[in-house]
This record gives sequence, C-alpha cells and structure tokens, in this order.
Amino acid sequence: MRVATTFVLLGAALVLSVAAGILVGSVPIAPGDVLGALLGSPDVNGTIVRDLRLPRVLGSVLVGGSLATAGALLQGLLRNPLADPFVTGTSAGATLAAIVAIALGLSAPLVPLAAFVGALVAVGLVWRLARLGGPTTVLTVLLAGIVLTAFAGAVATFVLVASDRLAVHLRSVLGWLQGGVSVIDSGELAVAAAIVTIGLAGAVALAHRVDAYAFGEETAATLGVDPDRTTRAVLGATALLSGAAVALAGLVGFVGLVVPHALRFAVGATHRRLVPASFLAGAAALVLADLGARTLLAPGELPVGAITGLVGAPFFLALLVRSRRVVV
Amino acid sequence: MTVLEATAVSAAYGARTVLRDCTLSLASGDVLAVVGPTGAGRSSLLRVLAGLLRPRAGSVSLDAADIASLSRAAIARRIAVVPQILDTLFPFTVREIVGLGRTARLGRFGGASAGDAAAVDRAIAELELGPLASRRIDRLSGGERQRAVLAMALAQEAAVLLLDEPTVHLDPGHQIATLAHLSRLARTRGLAILAVLHDLNLASAVASRVVVMDQGRIVRDAPPGETLTSELVAAIFGSGLEVVARNGSPRVFPADRIRS
Repeated sequence: MRVATTFVLLGAALVLSVAAGILVGSVPIAPGDVLGALLGSPDVNGTIVRDLRLPRVLGSVLVGGSLATAGALLQGLLRNPLADPFVTGTSAGATLAAIVAIALGLSAPLVPLAAFVGALVAVGLVWRLARLGGPTTVLTVLLAGIVLTAFAGAVATFVLVASDRLAVHLRSVLGWLQGGVSVIDSGELAVAAAIVTIGLAGAVALAHRVDAYAFGEETAATLGVDPDRTTRAVLGATALLSGAAVALAGLVGFVGLVVPHALRFAVGATHRRLVPASFLAGAAALVLADLGARTLLAPGELPVGAITGLVGAPFFLALLVRSRRVVV
Repeated sequence: MTVLEATAVSAAYGARTVLRDCTLSLASGDVLAVVGPTGAGRSSLLRVLAGLLRPRAGSVSLDAADIASLSRAAIARRIAVVPQILDTLFPFTVREIVGLGRTARLGRFGGASAGDAAAVDRAIAELELGPLASRRIDRLSGGERQRAVLAMALAQEAAVLLLDEPTVHLDPGHQIATLAHLSRLARTRGLAILAVLHDLNLASAVASRVVVMDQGRIVRDAPPGETLTSELVAAIFGSGLEVVARNGSPRVFPADRIRS
C-alpha cells in the first residue's frame, strides 16, 4: 500500500513538473495562452511553447529518467550506491562519440546512436580494465572510470579544436558539455525516445536478475543467474540509456547517483520497484532542474549540469563519508 | 542414490593448485561435513561442486549429467548454496531476500507464481522468520541474517544443499539448532547436504560422513568414528588435541590447559 502510494506520488510529481516546465519560462506567458499555443496558435507564444519549451521538457524527461535508471542498474550490479553512468566513464565515452559524430557532420538523429556506441565501448572497456587481475570491485570500476573519463575528455578537446565545423559553434558545444538539455530537432528527440524506450524495457526485464546480485556475483550465479550474460545485458541497457541522455544533454552529473539512492528509502531495494521509480523521479527532477537553469538567471541561462552538481555534489560527499568503510 | 559426484577433480586459481585428485559422492539423505585446516581446499571443493569453479582435470556430475554442460538456472534448480558473505548494502527485506531463492524458477520477466509465493512462505515459517519478514536485512543480527540466507536457499527447493561455514555467525545454541534443522531436512526430505565446518565437534555430532581435507586432497571420507581418530587429528591439526568418544561419536578437546 505504501509503495503504491509512492508510485502515485512519483507519477503526480512528474506530471506536475512537466506542467510547470511548459507553463513557466524566461518569457512570461499566461496559462491560457500556453494552452492555446499547445493547441496550435500561430503567434510567437506558439513558437516559444511548441518549439522551445515542449521539446526541452520532453528532452529533460528522457535525460533525467535515463540517467537515474542507468544509475539504479549500475548500483545494483556493483551492489554499491556510488556507481552511475557519470563516474563509471560511460557518459564520457558517449560524449566523445557524440562530438566525433558532430565533427564528422552526421545528421542530428544519428548523434544519439553514435553516443550509444560510445557509451557501450566505454562501459565495456571499464569493465574489462576493472576485471584485470581479480574480481570486479566498485573501487576498480571507479578508478577505471576516472581514467577513461580523463582520456575521453582529452581526445574530445583535441577533436573540438581540430574540427572547423565545431569551432564555429564552440560556445554552444562547450555549453552542451557542461550539461544542458538542447533539443536541436524533433528527429533527434524521436531517435532518443526510441533508444530510451528500448533501454528502459531492458532495465525492467533485467530487474529481478539484478536483485540476485544482493550478495555478489557468485551468489547470483548459484541463484540461477548467468553472470556474464546478465552483466553484458545490464551494461548494454545502461549504454542505451546514458547514450541517449548524453546526446540530448551532454554531461549531466549526479542524477544517476542521487536519485536511485534516495528512492531506496521510499520503495526499498528491490529493482523491480527501484527501476521504474528511478525513471519517474529522475525525469521529474531533471525537468525541475532544467526549469531552474532556464529561469534562475533569466534572461541568461545556466547549464542544467550546474544545478544538478550544486544539489548532487554535497549529497555524494555525504554518501561517501557514510559508506567509507565499504569503498576502501 | 547419488545426486552429486566429483571424480578425480583437480582445480587451481591461476598457478596455485587448490584441489588435487578429489573424488567424492553425495547421495540423497547424506549429511557430509568437510573439515580441515585453513587453506586445505574446503571452500574450493564446495565451489567446484556448485559449478562455480571449473576443474582443471576430472569432472563433476549432477544427476549423472556433466555440470559444465548445464545452465546456471538448471544447476540452481538442483543445488542451493548458502554463502559465507552475508553483507548487502541495500535495504532488502527478509521476505525479498528469501524470494531471491526463486530466481531460477521465475518467468522470463521475473513474474512470480502462486507456487513461488508458497515456497517463500514455507521457508520463512520453517526458519521462524515470520516476525522478521518485513524487516530490513541490514538491520538484523548476524544470526538472524544467517537464518534469512538459509531460508533463501531452502526456498530454492533444491535436492542438494551446499553450505560454507553455516554456523560461523551463530552462538552455540543456534549452531546446534541450525545443524539439527539441516539433519532433519536430510532425514525427512531426502536432501543431500554438504557443509564446510571449522568446528570438529559440530561436524562429528551432525554428519553421517566427515570428509577430512589437507593440502587440496581428501585425506579421509568416512563416518565420524573412523575419521576423527587420534592419529588423523594429530596428523592434520597437530598434537595439542585429544579425541574422546562420547555417545558413540568422537569429540575433540584441547589436550591440556593452554599455557604460554
């Protein structure tokens, strides 16, 4: 009963935050006019609401939901609340691939696919590095993630400076790197939505197998889970979700880390509940963060990564202090 | 009837050989205690029997099929393993932990049947975990957690139960109670049970056969009276122990008062 209530509340929070994201912006528009704009009014309000606010809110839903879901999966697999796509290098791999795709002049809808491939390569590489000379531990995964993030960042900078195409848009690319939801065209949004749908379906289908990791990989195996296949499937779903998120919003930190962890207090540890709850809560959180990014310094705009970092970093530190004995 | 059998098994972690030419069979109703000094290969033997560690030589068969040819799910429906590590960072409830025992029997997307729920209820009732069912596993005492994990293994409804030091977190009263419960499962339900134990007296008191290991080899595999002899205990564990017969089975004590 309590869990059902929590899901109703999470759903309501998402609906309300989406409504707020569409109703509020740096240009004040009366609610009645917003409704008119959504229904197709041809004036400037229509352009603002339909072409600017709506795609950004929908993009934020996908980005926040994806990152939180990917975080829940990675944390379950590593059985540690300190993992997410950002700290495991997955996002960095996706970012590099997206930048290369843009530099090569690929059309916008192909960018999320490129980011997915980059995320997949990165997460695969991190897992292999972490496995060298012993079992995978959260410490080795985080270390490999840090190394890969630094390396991918260096290569990305190189590509940025070397590419004429990117140099023209350097400012907007740097803004995107900081984490900002920018939906360039509806084709990109549609491709990202399709990728997220597949990733989310995979996450839901894998949830009970991730539960079996409660006492580690070996016990998961004795409970009947094939560890290699499950790891590959979970990392694949993670790459789909974080690839789409990065393509739409660059490097948005801490959503994948904080949302699943906070939700465990509300819905418990079992991933059958944690995965869908993380999607709802992550989506609502990022829609609100993006609203803050758009309005706090209006008419200027903050990268949404600055908002999530501002809230997420202290939370992460508190987590680190509390679970220090586990990490070391 | 033999359920699980290891034939001439040798195994290694990298260059370090941990099992040498081990042959062992486990039949329905057996309670085997595996004893030996630390590093003798007891946990490695358990891992090989569970299909977790692949032998370098020799083979393990489960119901006469080579265990290497079976999927993890197929093995999990026949063999349940009670691990030594009982830590989880996440706030799973006791009922959720016990429910993990059904993983290999769930539908493709994790759907649980009425039969799954009934098996979980039975395991919870059997280990008297009812009052703790909705408590968080990370808030329980070591002994309570051990019972929850044992219930998880029982919910697997497997024919074979392998346990790695199942009494290590328990006080003496609960050690006896847990082993008595295992013995009852072997007798009434025909479970084949193998437990790695440190305590020679518990091994002697509960086991139908005691398997003594040393340096990766099975040194003896026989009823307690024939394994825990003064000669063998001295050879394996050193001279500071005395073996005394008690109600037909041997007990092992410190030979003298220990002085510095």
